[in-house]
Amino acid sequence: MNETTLNLLSGIVRNATPLVIAAIGETITERAGVVNLSLNGSIILAAMTGFVVALLTNVIWFGVLAAMLVGGLVALIIAAADIELKQDQVAVGFVLTLLCADMAEFLGRDYIGERGPSIANTPIPGLAQVPVLGPIFFDHDWTVYLSYVLVFGTWYWLFRTSPGMAHRAIGERPEAAYARGTRVNARRYLYTVIGGMLVGLAGAAYSLKLRLGWSAQPSMDGDGWIALAIVIFGGWHPFRVLLGAYLFAGLRTLSSAIQRSDIDFPITLLNALPWLLMILTLVLVSSGTLERLTRVLPGPAQRRLRAFLRSDPPAALGTRFEPN
Amino acid sequence: MQSNLRDNLSQFAFALLAIIASLLLTSALVLLIDREPIEVFQTLWEGSVGRVDRLDGVFNFWIPLTLASLGLVVTFRAGLWNIGVDGQMTVGAIFATGIALFVPAPGFLRIPLALAAAMIGGALWALLAGVLKTRLGVNEIFGGVALNAVAGIMTNFLVGNWWSGGNATSTAPFEEAGRLPSYSDDFSTSITMIVIVTLIAIALVVLLRGTRWGLELKATGKNARSALLLGVPTERTALTAFAVCGILAGLAGSYRVLHLGELRPPASGGIGFLGILVALLVGSRALWVPFVAFAFSALMFGSTRLRLTQDLDASVAKTLQGVLVLLVILSSGVRTRLLNRPATPGEPRVEPEPTPVITEVKSYE
Amino acid sequence: MNIELKGIHKRFGPVHANNDINLKFGEGRIVGILGENGAGKSTLMKILSGFQPADEGEIWIDGQPVNYHGPQAAIAHGIGMLQQDPLDVGAFTVLENFMYGSNDGFIPNRNQARKTLQQYTRRFGFELNPSTPINELSIAQRQQLEIVRLLALGVKAMILDEPTTGISAEQKTMLFDALRELATNDGMIVLLVSHKLEDVIALCNEVAVLRGGRIVGERQMPATAQELVTMMFGEAIKPQTRAVVDLRKAKPVLSLQNVSISDGRLHVDDFSLTLRAGEVIGFAGLDGSGQEMMMRTMAGLHVLDSGQIRVHDRGLLRAGYREFAEAGVTYCAAGRTEEGLIAGLTLTEHMALVQDNNVRIDWGKARATMDKQIQRYDVRGRATDPIEALSGGNQQRVLMALIPEKPIVMVLDNPTRGLDVDSARWIWQQLLERRNVGTGIVFGSPDLDELVAYSDRIFVFYAGRVTEVPDVRQTNVDELGHMIGGHFEEATHAVQPA
Repeated sequence: MNETTLNLLSGIVRNATPLVIAAIGETITERAGVVNLSLNGSIILAAMTGFVVALLTNVIWFGVLAAMLVGGLVALIIAAADIELKQDQVAVGFVLTLLCADMAEFLGRDYIGERGPSIANTPIPGLAQVPVLGPIFFDHDWTVYLSYVLVFGTWYWLFRTSPGMAHRAIGERPEAAYARGTRVNARRYLYTVIGGMLVGLAGAAYSLKLRLGWSAQPSMDGDGWIALAIVIFGGWHPFRVLLGAYLFAGLRTLSSAIQRSDIDFPITLLNALPWLLMILTLVLVSSGTLERLTRVLPGPAQRRLRAFLRSDPPAALGTRFEPN
Repeated sequence: MQSNLRDNLSQFAFALLAIIASLLLTSALVLLIDREPIEVFQTLWEGSVGRVDRLDGVFNFWIPLTLASLGLVVTFRAGLWNIGVDGQMTVGAIFATGIALFVPAPGFLRIPLALAAAMIGGALWALLAGVLKTRLGVNEIFGGVALNAVAGIMTNFLVGNWWSGGNATSTAPFEEAGRLPSYSDDFSTSITMIVIVTLIAIALVVLLRGTRWGLELKATGKNARSALLLGVPTERTALTAFAVCGILAGLAGSYRVLHLGELRPPASGGIGFLGILVALLVGSRALWVPFVAFAFSALMFGSTRLRLTQDLDASVAKTLQGVLVLLVILSSGVRTRLLNRPATPGEPRVEPEPTPVITEVKSYE
Repeated sequence: MNIELKGIHKRFGPVHANNDINLKFGEGRIVGILGENGAGKSTLMKILSGFQPADEGEIWIDGQPVNYHGPQAAIAHGIGMLQQDPLDVGAFTVLENFMYGSNDGFIPNRNQARKTLQQYTRRFGFELNPSTPINELSIAQRQQLEIVRLLALGVKAMILDEPTTGISAEQKTMLFDALRELATNDGMIVLLVSHKLEDVIALCNEVAVLRGGRIVGERQMPATAQELVTMMFGEAIKPQTRAVVDLRKAKPVLSLQNVSISDGRLHVDDFSLTLRAGEVIGFAGLDGSGQEMMMRTMAGLHVLDSGQIRVHDRGLLRAGYREFAEAGVTYCAAGRTEEGLIAGLTLTEHMALVQDNNVRIDWGKARATMDKQIQRYDVRGRATDPIEALSGGNQQRVLMALIPEKPIVMVLDNPTRGLDVDSARWIWQQLLERRNVGTGIVFGSPDLDELVAYSDRIFVFYAGRVTEVPDVRQTNVDELGHMIGGHFEEATHAVQPA
């Protein structure tokens, strides 16, 4: 494998990382039955906050923490508005996504274009030297490694541990969870805030590493929506979410590669590709087209593939639970 | 009746509290970045409704904002989160630009043609989101967001390539016949458009209240499965809601380019998103839209002055509006919680059903 | 273990749901808890199983007063409840569902849990594959799983809420055998909440009867059905009978010819049926046996793969719900507010939707019509009320008031779901009135009594196979119970495929 290809692949992993982190965060939230629709705004505001705090204190960790705090706070508003005030999650989430983006623009305007600290690359000794896989997966910064841990950890949590089982149950059938002694609304708060903090972390991963700094036109604008779509595409399953994020990042890397090449294609139109892919994947997942496509396969393979492609949302997603 | 009055009073009191709280919160944010809140609010006031000769600028926002918000009230009523309104405005703007640039007709013909084309364009873009939802199961939120982005990218492409006006930031300026005429030198906004928008608002209020279509929208929005069984053609209803919103958004988009005299991204100027805030604030009360839209327009226009005096921009106004809408939503929750009357004897209290988001109910034929 | 309830009170607003309940349940006893809907038996069982706190009163276990909040705490005290719709998680597998709630440490021991599960299932002869998702199980299997789960948690008293609705005769036998064995061998207290007297007679050692929130009678079994009815209602009521009508001459109003339908899982092939004016046809079958799909097909809500449907001589091949409605078919789904009524709309708005198709709505007329219907159907509610402010029985009345006066065909999926005896009887009175003027009725129900009581003909659905009961007047609930479980040979007289 030549160096260009390796660079391309390692670029995909790097570019996908904030998407992975944000989408895993949202997966955690939605698995508990809550929709945090504020992702796009949260990421932008967290990115701005993270950058500015890191810049002012010159301590990257403070920036990262501040970003996570912002994401967690926004998520807390959504959870409280839903659980305590019985307001629509979608309405509140949507207002917040707009508000956060505007606030970021407003509060961050004095820091546009400033140069701040950035997260350093830390190749993992030993692993980074492994041929092919090393440079692709292990020659990055800690946010990338954390994304691996998050994907695997979330999967293990949800499908192998007792509290993870309760986590899924409150998103599927809160009445049953309550009957088995799970405190549904307390857990919903917890998972919504944890999910929100990861969304905030994704913001920091942008402004402190991937797209360094802060600008008048936040470069991560739109990625929150893509992360939300990836959760659906990923069928609320961590591994598929990872796959979805790499797919989107791959497409982006590809289109920027085309832009750099001599192929004569209007550059601006390539920007539409991720969005068209988003619609296409949602069509495939939602309308049962994918199911129909699998029917051409032989029986056992079909069943396995179908089980993998199953994308039923948590049954209680977006609904409210009140004991008694 | 007594309790009704108390209800209205408490509603008013909580709305007022929400407004005050949002002013305070925004002030705190202004202080956070070392500016004077009082000065900022003063500029906002003086820059807009504080002086009568600035009202044309306010109406300049009001026309598209009212149109987009009215359209959104229709889709919200049908239970559709038509986030794609911004893209529908953009496509309307593109269609109007096409006519304004390339149809060699006199103004009295070219402008109506441009408006009509914009309405068709907006409706088509909205119906795309509609069909994606009803036929292909793509939630309108995601369809809308993607179509917004695609519409924006199309604008960039047109401005940068086919319709480039020499630089990559806008098209060539339209001829006089492709622009909306000003009312006078002091009042640059088209009075005809103000009248048209007012008439549309009145018509929509009447239609929503008094026609079967209005009731069918509501029924579909509250429970599409039941509505179908009660004889409502739910898919058609949903699609007409999208189409009406698209028409109004297209008109809104065309107003912006025909007033400005060129297509310049972002063609919608973010007014679609602002319209969502307006629609969330008024709920299903279409009658309130022109008034709330006026207040928001005043803030938006007022904030254009901030750049000169405080080195700030419209994001202050938008933040204030966002905080306001958020607090109004939250305060209505607080209000019901505080005033929660005991359940009617023997009957369980029924909470309104939360809107299913990604869980698509297979509700269309 | 023995349980004693002392002076239990529970009020909902002015309704005194439980009024000074005193009861004793001894070890190994199987007790039937009888009473109409609204008599307070569900409330009492919810209090006992921790789902609701009592306002006053005490629960004593083995001579000690106990105090617990929440179902999990009740289980810890040895009291578990099996809900009518078992409280399990559809997306979980059998094994996961078995493990969830067992507090088996941070990482549960799957192998150990699987062994325990299999021990229990083997003991009772239940067939539960640990890796099957709950969504693919029948109600009976889900009940079995829930029983096994509660046993594994060490429950010593088990409350079962209407466990025999929607299960076949064989499944019922298996369930009752298991409960008897638990009572005899393990000293389990079994509380059976039911309005099905034959179940109570078949299983219970004693009964307690509630009416209006009070205990109105307790006795040891055996007792006859008539005695129990007298205890429940204070008077003996006569079973409904239907005058013999010759329907062969009545004109057909709905005919299906060689209809085949399918969804992802199930298909019903080559089904033919002729419904005549004034005829009532009942569809029996376990959940998901094809009857719901067939009824939806008859209303244009499900597209048929092949075959023909005619309503009143009008062929409706590629028609949707609205064409069927125009041809005179009215469809009522099982859930009133999910499918049929719209929460958030007032009664008048509902009426405006169905009254005509004019562009402009005549609100005055809609209001007047609704007021008239409210009078006529004795709805407790105002025309300006939103529908969700009405009680379930009144919502059902509104639904009746919205249906056209003389539909040609009515298709009803479980028309009396969740209604008390009085409301159910009222609904049938309305339906039979319409039948008497020539409406043809097709209905499905999990309540076999209802099917036997009202049908002129009954079709039994089993896994997509349809069989007609040859002589409805000769059949009974037991026979139908065998047939819906697929055991046609147990049905006492011969049946032929429809």
